[in-house]
Amino acid sequence: MSEKVLMKGNEAIAEAAILAGCRHYFGYPITPQTEIAAYMAKKMPKINGTFLQAESEIAAINMVYGVASTGKRVMTSSSSPGIALKCEGISYLAGADLPALIVNVQRGGPGLGGIQPSQSDYHLATKGPGHGDFHVLCFAPASVQEMADLTAHAFECAEKYRMPSMLLADGTLGQMMEPVVLPKPSDAGKYDNSWAVTGTNNERKHNIINSLYLSPAELEKLNFERYERYEQIKKDEPMWEEYLMDDAEICVVSYGITARISRNAVDEARKQGIKVGMIRPITVWPFPVEPLKKAADKVERFICVELNMGQMKDDIELAIHCKKPVDLCIRTGGMLPSPDEVLAVIKK
Amino acid sequence: MAKFNKPKSLTDAVFHYCPGCTHGIVHRLVAEAIDELGIEGKTIGVAPVGCSVMAYNYFTCDMIQAAHGRAPAVATGVKRSLPDHIVFTYQGDGDLASIGLCETVSAAARGENITVIFINNAIYGMTGGQMAPTSLIGQVTQTSPYGRDAATQGMPIKISELLATLEAPSYITRVTVNNVKNVRNAKAAIKKAFQNQVEGKGFSLVEVVSNCPTNWGMTPEKSLQWIDTHMLPYYPLGVYKDKDAEDKNNG
Repeated sequence: MSEKVLMKGNEAIAEAAILAGCRHYFGYPITPQTEIAAYMAKKMPKINGTFLQAESEIAAINMVYGVASTGKRVMTSSSSPGIALKCEGISYLAGADLPALIVNVQRGGPGLGGIQPSQSDYHLATKGPGHGDFHVLCFAPASVQEMADLTAHAFECAEKYRMPSMLLADGTLGQMMEPVVLPKPSDAGKYDNSWAVTGTNNERKHNIINSLYLSPAELEKLNFERYERYEQIKKDEPMWEEYLMDDAEICVVSYGITARISRNAVDEARKQGIKVGMIRPITVWPFPVEPLKKAADKVERFICVELNMGQMKDDIELAIHCKKPVDLCIRTGGMLPSPDEVLAVIKK
Repeated sequence: MAKFNKPKSLTDAVFHYCPGCTHGIVHRLVAEAIDELGIEGKTIGVAPVGCSVMAYNYFTCDMIQAAHGRAPAVATGVKRSLPDHIVFTYQGDGDLASIGLCETVSAAARGENITVIFINNAIYGMTGGQMAPTSLIGQVTQTSPYGRDAATQGMPIKISELLATLEAPSYITRVTVNNVKNVRNAKAAIKKAFQNQVEGKGFSLVEVVSNCPTNWGMTPEKSLQWIDTHMLPYYPLGVYKDKDAEDKNNG
């Protein structure tokens, strides 16, 4: 069962989704996530599933909305500019309380940007990717193994809380190959889905999937209820990894591929006698506030390492109540920092 | 003696439509078709954004409200998930022929086995009467106050003719509901569009030339006449594609 296979990150997502019982995939070609669609195009017809290359990112997310309305596991994948196009649909999923998985294998922006790895959709993903008051559950894998594990977990959480999940990866993770132990098969159905549209069968009153509330009082009430759910999520669902934090005087904070690079820098710094550790958010929404809050009383400073202009810095400062300085080690536009660059900021 | 009853597939909710609007007639025809085919329990409807956004309150089958223009994509998802169910969209001209034109053409080109009811009244009703892609040349609206001008605002889109150029669709027809005879023809077309789906024949679209007394600025009666005098000359009624008939002719 626990056999290791060598896979690309994008393929691991696709296979993990299939193992998680997802039988409906809708997408539109965009680099650097095309392996997901290619994998689904090959596999889905053989397992009675749906692979459909939609006419646009917008159509793809609305096809997702259609399947999600029927209470089945469904996903789409894209990369940054394509995710921007999906935002309207993601907002509708959130407004109608529908679970679904959206994979974002990020590339550089803004605009058409580039096709090299990036984490510059951090704000978009963590603050609510679309119009209106809402969040999506947001997972940031740092290895091919986590690409697989978090895919299964993201489906599960989406159903538990009836909301969209986003897997926030990047071009490097999508393209790189690593050994991976694929997750055990699972499926939807653990949580109540009596809300789904499956036909009344003339046995019940009709179900309605909807996000329109013309009464402001009703809409306000629903938004407040949704945010109560979010408070529960903030308590129960943050995931993170702490590395060499016990005696750390400096705390690197990094997720995704930059956490891998930072780990090398932390190891090198330790060899040189510098007491540095790392907190790696695995969920970026909900943000792992607690470990950072705790660290704020012990360390002298934080270092935010990201592939963007430092979008996570605000979240770190909020978590630590600005008690300690937060330095940036950032590359953007598709550039990656070397471990030496991170080490230089650690040694500053 | 036959009694005139409300179709089973309509709820008891009171329509919010303006007096004289033909949405009510078309809703009834859709419900009658669903009743007569006995498919209520396995039908899922997709409502648009526009005047009929709240269609989900009026049909007794399961309903989904879709983003503006995206109903055919949403219906595609539903149909792929539940292929044995009957899935229909109900959309206006702004929704289907403007913001959602890509989804419309693409679903038709795939031959998606769904039924599309397309209400063409040449105006955006819900937002207060703006120019639609189907507004006629010279038609005065809030956003074409001097009349639609072909030179700057282009020509109205003929959706049925456009979609009939595609290979995949099964049935494309244009009807209207401005008198009893036309209502009966519309009913037959709508029923056929559902029947086609039951038989797995693929994409069927019924364009219903409709009115908007409120935003056309006319009495309901005048608006029904205006359909005859202004709409139908540009949007001729008829069957634009029918694979059944083609198959018959080919022998």
